[in-house]
Amino acid sequence: MPRLIIERRFKTPFILSIVFPLLSIVLALLTSSLLLLALNVSPLGALKGMINGALGSWYGISEVLVKAIPLVICGIAVALAFTMKVWNIGAEGQIYLGALASAAAVRYFPVENTFFMLSVMAVMAILAGAFWGGIAGYLKGRWNVNEIITTLMLNYVAIHLVDYFVYGPWRDPSSLGFPMTAPFPDFARLPTFGGTRVHAWIFLALIIVILYRVVIRWTRWGFEIRAIGENQRAALYAGIPYIKNVVLVMAVSGALSALAGMGEIAGLQGRLQHGFSPGYGYTAIIVAWLARLNPWGTVLVSIFMGIIMVGGETLQVIMRLPLASVQVIQGLILLFVLASEFFRNYKVRILSGDGR
Amino acid sequence: MLRKVMLFLAIVCFAVSSMAAYAAEGIPEEKLTAGFVYIGPIGDGGWTYMHDLGRLEMEKAYPKMKTFFAESVPEGPDSARVMETFVRNGAQLVFATSFGYMDFVQEVAKKYPKVKFMHCSGYKRAENVGTYFGRMYQARYLSGLVAGKATKSNIIGYVAANPIPEVIRGINAFALGVRKVNPKAKIKVVWLFSWFDPGKEKEATLALIDSGADVIAMHADSGAAPQAAEEAGVYVIGYNNDMSKYAPTKHLTAPIWNWGTVYKYVAGQVINGTWKSEDIWWGLKEGLVDLAPFGKDVPELVKEMVKVERDAIINGKHVFVGPIKNQKGEIVVKEGTAMTDEEMLGMNWFVEGVEGDIPN
Repeated sequence: MPRLIIERRFKTPFILSIVFPLLSIVLALLTSSLLLLALNVSPLGALKGMINGALGSWYGISEVLVKAIPLVICGIAVALAFTMKVWNIGAEGQIYLGALASAAAVRYFPVENTFFMLSVMAVMAILAGAFWGGIAGYLKGRWNVNEIITTLMLNYVAIHLVDYFVYGPWRDPSSLGFPMTAPFPDFARLPTFGGTRVHAWIFLALIIVILYRVVIRWTRWGFEIRAIGENQRAALYAGIPYIKNVVLVMAVSGALSALAGMGEIAGLQGRLQHGFSPGYGYTAIIVAWLARLNPWGTVLVSIFMGIIMVGGETLQVIMRLPLASVQVIQGLILLFVLASEFFRNYKVRILSGDGR
Repeated sequence: MLRKVMLFLAIVCFAVSSMAAYAAEGIPEEKLTAGFVYIGPIGDGGWTYMHDLGRLEMEKAYPKMKTFFAESVPEGPDSARVMETFVRNGAQLVFATSFGYMDFVQEVAKKYPKVKFMHCSGYKRAENVGTYFGRMYQARYLSGLVAGKATKSNIIGYVAANPIPEVIRGINAFALGVRKVNPKAKIKVVWLFSWFDPGKEKEATLALIDSGADVIAMHADSGAAPQAAEEAGVYVIGYNNDMSKYAPTKHLTAPIWNWGTVYKYVAGQVINGTWKSEDIWWGLKEGLVDLAPFGKDVPELVKEMVKVERDAIINGKHVFVGPIKNQKGEIVVKEGTAMTDEEMLGMNWFVEGVEGDIPN
């Protein structure tokens, strides 16, 4: 009797790690076609609409980048923690806290100079995010408190903290009581380029990507992080301090996400308002995972996510597809790409005969 | 002579051309496309559902016109892209149907001065941005009359979305209605801090029922509260649309929106070329707000009384007319004076009889 044998690959050929994700996207699109046909929509037309919306104009491309910026920054932030096998689910909360801290900077230390103002905002955001991540890091390192729970719960705390301020003390008096801070003055806004909404954090994102690569690959600290991630006990015997590293990694991770939060409000929103992030912190986890914690992979995946988000919107508008079906297509693409991970890591063989 | 003729002709030409320029250019119906930005899914059974019915009503009135819409657009930077996508695909008119889109409407409107934008419930206008909203408080007041007569425990629960003037105004108008027919009744408010969260809406309803409420009123986007009230066997006043389908036996009535009135009006103006930025704040009189049909348990006498009050409001009676006391019992609106629109738009205090806090 023929049977299936699943065995782990020791090494994945490079070509396969390119082919599998691409193949899975094609398969996802084919599956989506069935759905589209059932809805009486031409699958090719829909694909064209999606790609056209996201990449068919400079505007579309610029908007894909706008979506990718926070995803890259937060993707690197969580990838850093994941490399050490510390599961930071708290990027969303850290985004909110960073935004809160930079709004506090605008409110309490306004400096009428763009460079200094943005620097103060960034420092405040970094401190707040580092503190927020550091809490979960310390709890994990000192008492082995599960960081998935603490970071997740701290998300709710951070989001409600922002709500407290925008509904309460920071509410813009001229907004007729609506929950938002006063608009930021121009000197507290990140510069944007070429009439698009692409803002200065695109450079920050690139710097962070390169730094991440350098730190993880070529520094002692990076080695320690990887060592702990590979085998925590062995790292301990080798004299690598655990508590210090887990706090540090979570603090840096939190600080990066917080900077992304600052980018959202200083670059796009222009004020602190309830619910300004559409879940970038959670999407970043998918990004880091799909990129397999690789820095350039994070950039590629973030852009890919930007394309399906921006393209999906266009699909909804021009093709008149219900939002739910757009979300199903987006979900299918992610599901197939994730499933292809399995085939990257495992070999499936069919044994004929009695299988000996 | 020739010169005189030439001069005359020149003057005529000039006059004709300047008149043509003066008469704002309309957009023929078959060339007009309007885009709608929705905060929720069109199947939410409430806020967005009613806006979408309004869109369909407009399409019926102007069948050659085209429309776009996008559902569940978050009130953040993404909304600007949705509006821009509308415009880039040919929309000359954009309706943004939630408050949080305000800054982004301004941003996109500045970029496309020829496109008309209508923003629901906001206060920022521009050359090409108008605002529209309804005097829902009038219908809320009428529903308060019904609730005040229906309660036995004299505790009415109010599931309220967000502590902003629109919602507070609705609660106050409702309370004035309740207390007009039942001065002993109290209105307990629970905040959701969300517009659309069926789970929370249900929880809040059950919590209010547990604390003694025997009539539930609500200001949220879904039908979860009426559903929960029906299951618990408690009367309910819906919102947005006739919610009797969620509470077939317990639904008393609901203050409802008829957005089609505004959408038809605005589309007509754009087609005729008479559109200009304005602040539309219509009420019962124009038909933008109204009451849903009464449930079977509403007595004839109450229906009669509501009809009288409804007619009075249509004929100019003001809901917020003094004396009105706040929660502490201090007179805020003096006898014989009515609140101005500005005062109502910024309302951030509760009237006497409301139990609950406004976070600030």
